[in-house]
Amino acid sequence: MNNRMTALFETKKENILNIYFTAGYPNIDDTVTIIKQLEHSGADLIEVGIPYSDPLADGPTIQESGTAALKNGFTLKLLFEQIREARKTANVPLILMGYVNQLMQFGVEKFVAQCADSGVDGLIIPDLPPNVFEKEYKELFAKHNLSFTFLVTPNTSDERIKMLDSLSTGFLYIVSSAAITGAKSGISEEQIAYFKRISSLISSPKLIGFGISDNETFTTACTYAEGAIIGSAFIKMLSKEGVAGIDGYIQSVRG
Amino acid sequence: MAMVNAANMPDVNGYFGEYGGSFVPPQLQVILDEITAEYLKTKDDPEFQKEMAYYQKHYVGRPSPVFFCERLTAKIGGAKIYLKREDLNHTGAHKINHCIGEALLAKRLGKTKIIAETGAGQHGVALATVAALLGLECEIHMGEVDIAKEHPNVVRMQILGATVVPVTHGLKTLKEAVDSAFEAYLKDPVTQLYAIGSVVGPHPFPMMVRDFQQIIGEEAKVQFEELTGTLPDNIVACVGGGSNAMGLFTAFLNDESVAIYGVEPAGHGVEIAGKHAATITKGTPGMIHGFKCYMLQDENGEPSPVHSVASGLDYPGVGPQHSYLHDLKRVNYTHIDDTDAIDAFFELSRSEGIIPAIESSHAVAFAMKLAKELPSDQTILVNLSGRGDKDIDFVVENFGKKYGI
Ligand SMILES: Cc1ncc(COP(=O)(O)O)c(C=O)c1O
Repeated sequence: MNNRMTALFETKKENILNIYFTAGYPNIDDTVTIIKQLEHSGADLIEVGIPYSDPLADGPTIQESGTAALKNGFTLKLLFEQIREARKTANVPLILMGYVNQLMQFGVEKFVAQCADSGVDGLIIPDLPPNVFEKEYKELFAKHNLSFTFLVTPNTSDERIKMLDSLSTGFLYIVSSAAITGAKSGISEEQIAYFKRISSLISSPKLIGFGISDNETFTTACTYAEGAIIGSAFIKMLSKEGVAGIDGYIQSVRG
Repeated sequence: MAMVNAANMPDVNGYFGEYGGSFVPPQLQVILDEITAEYLKTKDDPEFQKEMAYYQKHYVGRPSPVFFCERLTAKIGGAKIYLKREDLNHTGAHKINHCIGEALLAKRLGKTKIIAETGAGQHGVALATVAALLGLECEIHMGEVDIAKEHPNVVRMQILGATVVPVTHGLKTLKEAVDSAFEAYLKDPVTQLYAIGSVVGPHPFPMMVRDFQQIIGEEAKVQFEELTGTLPDNIVACVGGGSNAMGLFTAFLNDESVAIYGVEPAGHGVEIAGKHAATITKGTPGMIHGFKCYMLQDENGEPSPVHSVASGLDYPGVGPQHSYLHDLKRVNYTHIDDTDAIDAFFELSRSEGIIPAIESSHAVAFAMKLAKELPSDQTILVNLSGRGDKDIDFVVENFGKKYGI
């Protein structure tokens, strides 16, 4: 089967909007509604966060949404059912973001098979080291037509960026600051220099994440990459306005 | 029984067998690689070793003595019980051994601030102490539940000039304190060093903390031979994350005649989920706080709630080297519940005039059980990892009546 994400990057080269949200939040059943509404409103790519109580790469907003989702009764089994349900109509590329231990405890083989079966196109596992990916996961993901995305941060060396570029089978996730996720405003000169440095080193499509929250930051990010990722700001909006606020928010980001 | 050459562990990627490693976001990995490189360069540097030795002797008060518990032994009527007195170190526990190493390393790396979690407050106090000694800023994250329970240690840290950050999420104990400290660390890993409180976390921490602690066993081996002419038959330590235990065990791992026991906290009983922290006894391999180890978790990979009467022991993970030593069957991991630990707390206090930390009381309790089963020509060396001053109010309030207080 065709990988929807690969297809997206082949046809669209700019202004790609990737929205991150936490599964099972604000309400346990919102996952399906959010995916459908995001596609309808014009998100190009959706990253579904798997709630976890030990998320080393995430800031307070995403952590709190994860804790709430776990309280709501979130399980991986339920998530795959929800994705299957959404896939009945939605055709937008879907990525799951989770942590190694969640895969391990569910069973890596079973997890990957469920991803392929329910219609997931790619994975982001920020705590999976590249050498372990290469040794134990690469082949398995490829077999199930799942792309894999690595994170690049300002302190990543040129050499390592090139290595990640060659290992990556999806896009490269360009972390705009060395911090954990959390909406910060504005993009600095220093960050721009960093985005330019990366562009000169890699051939994979790249999306800029961390700190993107509105039309201004999205537009700026899109001048240095194929697109950008919004997470914490979207979740903050959901906490306030719920799913009813999605369309207005996406339109305002698109401008 | 498999003999283990600890000097060969971990491998270059930080693995002890299949455990350990480093499972962290890439921005942190870059920093960890730097710390590893600097540590490997530093640890054999004669200048660094001289500095360490100086502070160990003149500041901590090492070597800490080994003491024969004559009255306790007579009372139990079995194997002879000896204590390695880490409770006599400056700040009252073994934690200062690795804190000095971590703080000296921080200075070499040009960091200005050290940051850490604490459970019982012993690691926090030791780190705040060393920060004051070496002129570093210090920030300690501590669960609200532990703050209430270990109040004297909180005040101590504040007097020493450290900032104590209360952690209010989840169970508000050690696991959450680690989450919170990691988060604060990630905000600025350039000027800060995470000075972890045990042989846990991603590579190189389990290796580094073990190396700084292994002086316990090195000293004890010599001291015990001076006292008795031979090696101990059994050695015992409590295991939370496992730093005091690795400290004692490392020097003895290749001595086949020495039986080694790690004592986990059984809380209200290991059969009651959520009411103990016996990680190796009841856990399964998983990933927590960036490393692989035995852990208590649910089917989604969520760390389970844990309980122990000892704040310093209630952690759902355990050091990767302990996980491996368990698989190799080189160390016997066993457990002691809250009631027996408190009993041992009073027993040692009243028969030897030594008030042990509740954490260490777990090791003492197990040694008392083991002694009873063994003949009197056998010996048991217990790591008395800390003193109980910090615990007296809590113990008397909750258990005093049973002991006539
Ligand atoms: C006196 C004492 N012993 C033991 C421990 C447990 O830590 P570890 O298992 O790393 O030695 C603590 C932790 O706070 C402690 O204060």
